[in-house]
Amino acid sequence: MYIILAWRNIWRNPRRTIVILMAVIIGVWSMIFLGALMRGMETQMVKNSISTLTGSIQIHNQNYRNDPVVENSMDNIDKLDKALSKTQDPGTLWAKRVRVNAIASNARHATGVTLVGIEPEKEVKISFIGNTMISGRFLLPGDKNKIIVGKAFLKKFNTKIGNKLILMSQDTQKEIASKAFRIVGIFSAESEAVEKQFVFVPISQAAKMLKMGDSISEISIILPRLDITGKKETQAAKKLITAIGDDTFVVETWQQLLPMIKAYLEMSEFFLYIWYFVVFVAMGFGIVNTTLMAIFERMREFGLMKALGMRPFQIIKGVVTETFFLLVLGILTGIILGFLSVVAIAKNGIDLSALAAGTQMWGIPRILYPEIWARDVVVAGLVVLLLGILVSLYPAFKAAGVTPTTAMRKN
Amino acid sequence: MSIELKMAWRNIWRNPRRTLLTIAAIAFAGMILVFMLSFQLGCYETMINTCVKISTGHLQIQAQGYLKDKKMRLVIKDPDRIAQFLDTVKGIDHYTFRANGFCLVSSDKRTYGVVVTGIDPMKEARVSSIKSLVRKGSYLKADDEYTALIGELLSNNLKVNINDEITILGQGRDGSIAAAVLTIKGIFNSGIDEFDRNVIMMGLKGFQEIFSMGTSVHEAVITADSLGDVSRVKQNIQNNFSAIKGDEALAGLDWMEIMPGLLQGIQMDLVSGIIMYIILVIVVAFSIFNTFLMAILERTREFGVMMAIGTSPSRITKLVMFESICMTIVGIILGIIIGSLVTIYFQKYGIFIAGTEDILKQYGIPDRLYPKLSLISATAGPLVVFLITFVSSFFPALKIRKLKPVEAMANV
Repeated sequence: MYIILAWRNIWRNPRRTIVILMAVIIGVWSMIFLGALMRGMETQMVKNSISTLTGSIQIHNQNYRNDPVVENSMDNIDKLDKALSKTQDPGTLWAKRVRVNAIASNARHATGVTLVGIEPEKEVKISFIGNTMISGRFLLPGDKNKIIVGKAFLKKFNTKIGNKLILMSQDTQKEIASKAFRIVGIFSAESEAVEKQFVFVPISQAAKMLKMGDSISEISIILPRLDITGKKETQAAKKLITAIGDDTFVVETWQQLLPMIKAYLEMSEFFLYIWYFVVFVAMGFGIVNTTLMAIFERMREFGLMKALGMRPFQIIKGVVTETFFLLVLGILTGIILGFLSVVAIAKNGIDLSALAAGTQMWGIPRILYPEIWARDVVVAGLVVLLLGILVSLYPAFKAAGVTPTTAMRKN
Repeated sequence: MSIELKMAWRNIWRNPRRTLLTIAAIAFAGMILVFMLSFQLGCYETMINTCVKISTGHLQIQAQGYLKDKKMRLVIKDPDRIAQFLDTVKGIDHYTFRANGFCLVSSDKRTYGVVVTGIDPMKEARVSSIKSLVRKGSYLKADDEYTALIGELLSNNLKVNINDEITILGQGRDGSIAAAVLTIKGIFNSGIDEFDRNVIMMGLKGFQEIFSMGTSVHEAVITADSLGDVSRVKQNIQNNFSAIKGDEALAGLDWMEIMPGLLQGIQMDLVSGIIMYIILVIVVAFSIFNTFLMAILERTREFGVMMAIGTSPSRITKLVMFESICMTIVGIILGIIIGSLVTIYFQKYGIFIAGTEDILKQYGIPDRLYPKLSLISATAGPLVVFLITFVSSFFPALKIRKLKPVEAMANV
């Protein structure tokens, strides 16, 4: 009975109901839409940083992260390989790398870079380098003195494919090792900083130049699916640590490797929920006011109902049911509109490349693909519904507190 | 006070509860906007100031093309002439000269590639914050030549400490090999990792000797009296530029040109903020639109009577508009006052958000965020709220024109 009564009551004044519905719809829509933009940005940031040589999990020598030099590299790779094959799900990929700071120079320029020795056939599957070649060719395992560099690096050095590049770094004997490479390919990346920082050579060549023998700097592992909460990665890392059982190796997930990203994710979630609250307060005033007016108009009616024997609690229940309908209707429409608008732009994404320098400064992707998270939808819906019902209690108590005789005397 | 205004003011207090709620909604929107905008602008200013203080200065004079390629040979040949000129320009706070070169730096244990910057210790201290960033050891003295300041991260990487020696190896301006041994005098920490990992500073004179620069430099770094003066100073410099340039191809650049990323980043953040505020204002507008609408619809009978005794519809419309405007203005003034008070409180004590320190540091913001109240941040948001509520009060008021006295009076 409450349900039918409430539903009919809210449509007694359709204009008023529609206006307040609009406020709820726009509010909920903005929550869903902004949430989707933010989540899309986050996912992409995590994906980008993982594919920029981080991977889901990495294994290093225990000293490497503090002091990334060739002395702190890992031997006994077979053992790691075995531990990996034993513990990881099928579909998990990994590759070995040599990674060391170096100086790149040609006749005119010199700059600091990160020299990365890779296993070309494996690396393409686990990091960005596989599908971002824009000209020339990728490395082959047998390449002797070939190197690939970033687009921005090439421009800075004013050089081109086929030209030589000298790399210098400290080898395991603490001598300066240098070797000439020929540029065979160019890659592009999300940010110019990455294009300028990394140069890639086959792992065998890097090891030879640095006199490293069979040792390597890191193993980067990609799980079949990214888990943005990092739980799967943590589990996989735990299994791996037990399987290796050797403290000289450190196994870390992307959350440990990229503490900034993790902190950023937490911070933006915090701001999103604050925003939800602010929007709610803005519409909350409207909800209270509209419900109040609806109630004062109907004081006579409430007086009559009470005179007929309705308990105050029942009147409260009636009023709250009305608000409940109003809110549910508004929330559902808002969510549907949110979904529709996200679907509409998710296809092509929002292109921010006109502000490329700005996106790089904040470290956000150039093209934004919004992404709706069930959690945000639920939180947005619940915030509006629960707080909405809470604020409608005030008018409801007003209605319940009415004295039949005075109320019915009123015109 | 006109009679309409007086009536409007009395009318809105006929239903104080409704009026207060409406005013509260408007005040809330106004308050949030004042605070958020102050917050954003405050953060931007801190970011700009930190970046300007740590590295670029407000303005720079460089050889044409140096900004893009950072080529050693693109120099300002005669800094003395530039100095004489800068002394005459109004609005300049301080200036200094710098020279930069890319080098290989080695300790006994490690080798890294870094940027070595030659600075004039005395002048530099007035332009940049480097002197106050020295955490260990001491800042350079005026005549220090072969001593260096290095970033904390770099000192960790190189495994060196105060008074240790480091070797730098690079290429001089004429293409010759530039090599020297420097003693570390101080270790600085700016909080910006990239800077702390990549920069070594040494005396300009020593730098010029090592890199065969003669008396030439790469950058004249200028700070204006305040951020707002930058465009005027830039204009002043450019107006007289031809006189001092001589045969040199020089360029006068402001911080926005030197760090386009910072400017675009700020613009992007501002735009996304504005979109959010507009959504908020629209939600508020719908919330109060209802109040305005109801305030009119429930008084149909009253308006009918007024018309019957000879009040013209336009006068009633005016009355109703005055009512909305009264409420809006009271709400907005309250919003501005409360918003400003909240802002001023946080301006003094700062806002601390746990877990964000490391991120903010990279953008040059200290661990506390400080909003900054300004005329723009205090009025821009409320003004938009005013306009939108004005528009939303307009539609209900139009209804009055359609009223017919007899029918209206029949309305209960």
